[in-house]
Amino acid sequence: MHIPDGYISPQTAGGLWAAMVPAWYYAGRKVRGALAGRRAPLIAASAAFAFVVMMFNVPVPGGTTGHVVGGTLLAVVVGPWAAVLAVTAALVIQALFFGDGGIIALGANCFNIAFVSPVAGYFVYRLVSGRSPISSYRHPLGAGIGAYVGLNAAALLTALELGIQPLLFHDAAGTALYSPYDLSQTVPAMMSVHLLVIGVLEAVVTSLAVAWMQRTNPGLLFAAAPGETAGERFRLRPLLVALALMLVFVPLGLLASAPAWGEWSSEEIAADLGFVPAGMERLEGLWSGVLPDYGFPGGGEGVSQAVGGYLVSAALGLAAAALVAVVLAQVVRRRSSHDG
Amino acid sequence: MTAEAPTSLPAWMLETEGGGIAPSGRRRRRGAAERTLDGVARALERSLFSEELAARAGTLQEMDPRLKTVCLAVLLLAALLVRHLPVLAAMYALVLVLAWASLVPLGRFAGRVWLFVPLFTGLIVLPSIFNLFRPGDPLLVLWHFGEGASLGPWQLPAELAVTRQGLQGALLLVTRTAVSVSLVVLLVLTTRWSVLMGALRALRLPRVFVLVLAMTYRYIHLLLGLVTEMHLARLSRTATRLPARRERRLAAAGIGTVLEKSQVLGTEIHEAMISRGYSGEPLTLSTFSLRPADLPPAALMLLSAAAAWGGDRLLG
Repeated sequence: MHIPDGYISPQTAGGLWAAMVPAWYYAGRKVRGALAGRRAPLIAASAAFAFVVMMFNVPVPGGTTGHVVGGTLLAVVVGPWAAVLAVTAALVIQALFFGDGGIIALGANCFNIAFVSPVAGYFVYRLVSGRSPISSYRHPLGAGIGAYVGLNAAALLTALELGIQPLLFHDAAGTALYSPYDLSQTVPAMMSVHLLVIGVLEAVVTSLAVAWMQRTNPGLLFAAAPGETAGERFRLRPLLVALALMLVFVPLGLLASAPAWGEWSSEEIAADLGFVPAGMERLEGLWSGVLPDYGFPGGGEGVSQAVGGYLVSAALGLAAAALVAVVLAQVVRRRSSHDG
Repeated sequence: MTAEAPTSLPAWMLETEGGGIAPSGRRRRRGAAERTLDGVARALERSLFSEELAARAGTLQEMDPRLKTVCLAVLLLAALLVRHLPVLAAMYALVLVLAWASLVPLGRFAGRVWLFVPLFTGLIVLPSIFNLFRPGDPLLVLWHFGEGASLGPWQLPAELAVTRQGLQGALLLVTRTAVSVSLVVLLVLTTRWSVLMGALRALRLPRVFVLVLAMTYRYIHLLLGLVTEMHLARLSRTATRLPARRERRLAAAGIGTVLEKSQVLGTEIHEAMISRGYSGEPLTLSTFSLRPADLPPAALMLLSAAAAWGGDRLLG
């Protein structure tokens, strides 16, 4: 899953570096509060663990062996944000010493493996384990499902990053300049093996390791990250401010002449590339939005109608997202109070 | 006068015993534990090899590590931006010259890169040279399927061919990856870890991040030792191969143990640091200075990067 240098364009790599900088900054701030002065040695020791855990060969059915990534396991013990920093350090050393993953591609690898994987894995773990007692089966179960989700999320992102390369970066004759496979090839190739084998192995080993800690050292599941694992309150205000800002800036999209990146219609792709990838043409008709192009059917063509339609669409979208969040939160709360 | 230090562990230290002999008289397949031990031995050997080479008096070793890091990073970026195979090949030649001038054994250097690149990149990229996966102008027709042929749900093209675009793209990716990996390997082989950390700090990377990287490297060695002992202890007490299910449980317990140990270690080291006067702000010793002798290799690297990039643009 480690992307070497040369597989993705520097432009893609740069974008993912830019995405990682705020993630590192935020993780650093969260960890500063949670671990106080202990953070450097504790994160270093956790990073050493993240490096060494990949050395463990674990038998998979069929007689061969595989290895685990351990990001979610680490997040369960030290908290998601300390895990982000620790896995980052492990990835840097892997890139330097083993050529496992590139240096320019480090931002991409960190985004997939050090950020999305442990954070997604940890939140699934929390969702499943809730406030159940430390001896509950829900802890190993949640860690296993979290590890499965986290690893597959990282695999999917890797596949997407590789799959967009031939579409965006090729010369006039059609020679791919970086990774040559398109999305219809990278996604099935990566996901089949991760969904069926590697993810399952990660889930089983993570789950067994958490069960082992429950038996031998249950304190480890609580102690390492005070404030992180002890039911930290989710802060709503920054999220609301960010959403409000996005809502305000939404109509700016109308003023831009180019379509949103990655959201080209087949006509736009045909104009840019001279051809429409066959898979895209086939899939495009499958889904058309409730409010196509963020407007209303029969809503008129004037700028004010367009802005209005855009705003209403944005509000509806946000409302739908908020609805999902509220329902999810309620499910978690009920489950917690049921356990407690 | 001392003999030249060995550049690697002797071969017998890298070999672990096989799985032994099964009651049927056949050799047993190597188990997960043996493979883990092999991996650990390789990791330790690699780090020993780097430290030994970094102590030699070659061109890159003697260069200011800050300047060297920047120059190699610029070359790396140029290698990723270049779009023509001949330019990349020329860059690889430059890398070999730099390795040679830095007293890096060329056979092992190239071997380390070319073992990795064809194994991974080569295999991954191989299907893309055929028109089954990526359309292009046929260069070499291998098989005629005939019109309308299909394999299950897949429509096959009229003929199976190696395409010009596919072959060019594959060569480009393989060469680009080889050059990139070589540049990183060159940096690590010619710079001691502690010096590299100092250079990163001097290049304004956050202090805590550099401290964490430096400490991680040390703890990795400690934990690798723990993993070795754990597996050796188990192998010496195991008379037969265990079922895979049991092996998985043992591996998970091993991983749990290392995780537990790492957390204890982190706390203990922090206490040790406090007792020695650590106030929460790490201090690093970095007394690097640029010398006139640094100029030629730096100029070579930076100008080559500029020439490669500019030349590539001129080629179209």
